Amino acid sequence: MQIKLSAKLTRIPEYLREGNEIIMKKALSVFMTAVLAAGCLAGCGASGGSAEADTFRIGGIGPTTGGAAIYGTSVMNGAQIAVDEINEAGGINGYQISYKFEDDQHDAEKSVNAYNSLKDWGMQILMGTTTTTPCVAVVQKTMEDGMFQVTPSASSTEVIDNENVFQVCFSDPNQGTASAQYISEQGLASKVAVIYDSSDVYSSGIYTNFEAKAKELGLEVVAAEAFTQDSKTDFSTQLQKAQSEGAELIFLPIYYQEASVILTQADSMGYDVKFFGCDGLDGLLGVKNFNTDLAEGVMLLTPFSADADDAATVAFVEKYEKAYGSTPNQFAADGYDAIYTIKAAIEEAGVTPDMSVSELGSALSGAMPSIQIQGLTGGSEGLTWEASGEVNKAPKAVVIQGGAYVGM
Amino acid sequence: MSKMKIRSWNKNTKNQLITFGMVIVAYLVAQLLAATGMMSSLMQGLLVPMCTYSIVAIGLNLCVGYLGELSIGHAGFMCVGAFFGAFSTKLLEDVIPNPTLLFVIALLVGVLAAALFGFVIGIPVLRLRGDYLAIVTLAFGEIIKNIVNVLYIAKDSSGFHFALSDGNAIALSEDGMWLINGAKGITKIPHLSSFTAGIIIILISLALVYNLVNSRSGRAIMAIRDNRIAAESVGINITKYKLLAFTISAAIAGAGGVLYAHNLSTVTATPANFGYNMSIMILVFVVLGGMGSFRGSIVAAVLLTLLPEVLRGLKDYRMLIYSIVLIGMMLFHWAPKCIEWRQKIAGRVQKNTKKEAA
Amino acid sequence: MDILTYLINGISLGSVYAIIALGYTMVYGIAKMLNFAHGDVIMIGCYVVFLTMSEQGLPALLAVLLSVIVCTILGISIEKIAYKPLRRATPLAVLITAIGVSYFLQNATLLLFGADTKAFTSVISLPPLKLAGGQLSVSGTTIVTVSACVLIMIALMLFIKKTKAGQAMLAVSEDKDAAQLMGVNVNATISLTFAIGSGLAAIAGVLFCSAYPTLTPYTGSMPGIKAFTAAVFGGIGSIPGAFIGGILLGIIEILGRAYISSQLSDAIVFAVLIIVLLVKPTGILGKKLHEKV
Repeated sequence: MQIKLSAKLTRIPEYLREGNEIIMKKALSVFMTAVLAAGCLAGCGASGGSAEADTFRIGGIGPTTGGAAIYGTSVMNGAQIAVDEINEAGGINGYQISYKFEDDQHDAEKSVNAYNSLKDWGMQILMGTTTTTPCVAVVQKTMEDGMFQVTPSASSTEVIDNENVFQVCFSDPNQGTASAQYISEQGLASKVAVIYDSSDVYSSGIYTNFEAKAKELGLEVVAAEAFTQDSKTDFSTQLQKAQSEGAELIFLPIYYQEASVILTQADSMGYDVKFFGCDGLDGLLGVKNFNTDLAEGVMLLTPFSADADDAATVAFVEKYEKAYGSTPNQFAADGYDAIYTIKAAIEEAGVTPDMSVSELGSALSGAMPSIQIQGLTGGSEGLTWEASGEVNKAPKAVVIQGGAYVGM
Repeated sequence: MSKMKIRSWNKNTKNQLITFGMVIVAYLVAQLLAATGMMSSLMQGLLVPMCTYSIVAIGLNLCVGYLGELSIGHAGFMCVGAFFGAFSTKLLEDVIPNPTLLFVIALLVGVLAAALFGFVIGIPVLRLRGDYLAIVTLAFGEIIKNIVNVLYIAKDSSGFHFALSDGNAIALSEDGMWLINGAKGITKIPHLSSFTAGIIIILISLALVYNLVNSRSGRAIMAIRDNRIAAESVGINITKYKLLAFTISAAIAGAGGVLYAHNLSTVTATPANFGYNMSIMILVFVVLGGMGSFRGSIVAAVLLTLLPEVLRGLKDYRMLIYSIVLIGMMLFHWAPKCIEWRQKIAGRVQKNTKKEAA
Repeated sequence: MDILTYLINGISLGSVYAIIALGYTMVYGIAKMLNFAHGDVIMIGCYVVFLTMSEQGLPALLAVLLSVIVCTILGISIEKIAYKPLRRATPLAVLITAIGVSYFLQNATLLLFGADTKAFTSVISLPPLKLAGGQLSVSGTTIVTVSACVLIMIALMLFIKKTKAGQAMLAVSEDKDAAQLMGVNVNATISLTFAIGSGLAAIAGVLFCSAYPTLTPYTGSMPGIKAFTAAVFGGIGSIPGAFIGGILLGIIEILGRAYISSQLSDAIVFAVLIIVLLVKPTGILGKKLHEKV
């Protein structure tokens, strides 16, 4: 079957020329007017809403469509549970929370759009953004507005450069060095291979710091193999390389979706090796239909585990599963904790919803270093914050045994 | 014959004036609305992106509508413009305090870089036809994106450092700073883009493309599109004119990239902003607005940038509705049955107006 | 031995690309359109298998059959609703509509089944083949994928050469109007092509997800683009070309990742594609274009 390619591709058919131009333009302009009118209405309608002074308006941003949709959706849902709990218990200092979450499709520009849209709604405090790259763009905007921002899961250090932004998750350098230290201290391996996502800020950030620390501690990184968002299906090559270089342990500073494929492929090539990951691996056991036998022996540093038996986690997981039909991952827990962080800061600072956004911002930022919450991801010591915006919490090393996390 | 020429020239001029007028009126209206506080933050935030995509769509329209070559790699040129522009700003930030001058320099650097890439890529690519050309432009776009993601450039007292694929290869001293940091891209870019700057770039781009398509070169370019062999046989230098159009097209896309980069404080190369998805999105603007109609490209770019934001109220159904609207618009626009129907309506309207005039 | 393992991995990956590319090339040959929604039809096929086999516990073969039926119907409906009205419009208009359809399928799946990743159970339970005294191992999935790919290619070529419907396809691909004058039912032929293309997509999807077992609403888009690249690589419109293009693309991707740079493997694949197209402007098996004055 052979076909002709020709200039036909862009040849405009006769009936579309001249006279039709006008009709097309007319149709388009009518449509445009309609959209613009709708746009203005949407804008005006929203800006009127900020007058209510009896609720705290908390906005959230994260991807709920596109390839990273699972992270944004988890944060959105996790935070929703926290908001419902707080509102049911009478709100913060008697004020209810109104909560609205906007999609940013994991894109910086769309994230700024989402931020502006929330501002029109009357947002006073931002819980977001979920992913790092958009967050770097949004922190610029919250700084300009003086808005208080708590990011549940954006983990690079660029995110907390400004005084008004606080992280709930570990920062990337923190995770990279902690992992190298743990592997070295426990004598888990001397030859380590790394498989990471070179197109992802989180993954490449952890890798860079891990490698630097590993060198310092005398761990030998025998293979550092990358993949990208465009080629994240086949990991046989990376695994093969690790195997032939004699790696005793593979460090996976990546998310659980890819990790589940890596584990399956390692198993099918009969490669028996230790795996070690960061908080991104949490969620592995919750992947629908995943054969958890494959995850046996995988170690990870994670602040949250869905099958922990403390009352808070049990209650949270139960509510989440009931409402959304899936097991919450670390992102959901971070979103939940972010809302409680905001609550604690509001209580500490004693602010009220009738204050302006920038007044709230400076009061809440000032209160952050003196608060402490237990949270789902707080471990035994809870969460506290530096004035810089970085969180202090203890990473917990766990190993997967019999389809559940076991403390190490 | 000469009368015809003058008439068509007049029609062209009128057409161009309408486009310029439309852009200027849109600018004034937007400024007025913003000044009187009648514009929502969302709309204000969208002004620069709308300009960005209009500019890139104008550039691509030159390539698709006039040169007749399908490119699905224009996001790559945008990426080149964005990174070179932002890079120059980061470098000169401390030296040049004047933001306008800084932005103009960034713009020049970005545009020239994109033009150079367009030229170098154009030489081999333009030998191909149709979908083969399309896939090669796509390939170049993806290569640019992939390389930018593993590029590390830093500066400190001992000079510049450069590394590909391993950031730790650069041992930066205390006073050093990262210019491009792998997947993190360029961060802390000063916010230099403004709606005014965007509109000025649109106007310059329009002036440039209108001049080009109405010049001798422009007629040569269209002759190549309509019949390459005939054009060649009358002595038109195919390679030269193709390259000319392609390079200018890339340069304009680069200008859009510079505007994009200076609107956000960070620029990274992800599949969403500089991948083939974006290239296709820009192609959608061009096809929907009408190939060869720069005004149409601008209108379509503005509309489709607005649409998903206006649909935010629909929550989860937003992108689903967006896709349905996209399909619907294409059918409405191009399906013969819809065209017939629209013609009927238009005919009726025209008859009525004529009657009224009489 | 490493290089042999890499080669086998490359062929395995390449044969998946090849099957997808076969569907791409078929549709392209007849409808002259880049069906960007093809990758998403693949994803729908995978969801059908996932829901019927992993969730409901249906036998693998039945699940695959169901998936083929669903995808075939889906393919025909997409063609009827979104592409057919635009048959006489510029091919670019159809391309944009195809993108709209692709967004639609992704977002509809996202709404129906959520964004969370599903682990796909392989439908193939063949033990790996051990070669060279156990040093080389070829997985069952690879064996099935490669043989399915070859079988499908041969079947398609025979179908086009030997059957009336196939000949009609060939005629439509050469010249739609002339074919119509010769009594070929163009609409039916195009529908048939979409049906076959989409049915193939279901099979491709099942094999793809068996080899690389994750499933999200966006699973189809990247393999779709890679397969499109493969189809162009081999000479779009040519069935053996799609096969060769797919296999080569897989091998280049794996070898590039193994021996040059894993960070730049995408760039390497595309660079090779560009070089090939510069040497052979219509792909490896593409015929030279004849231009009329």
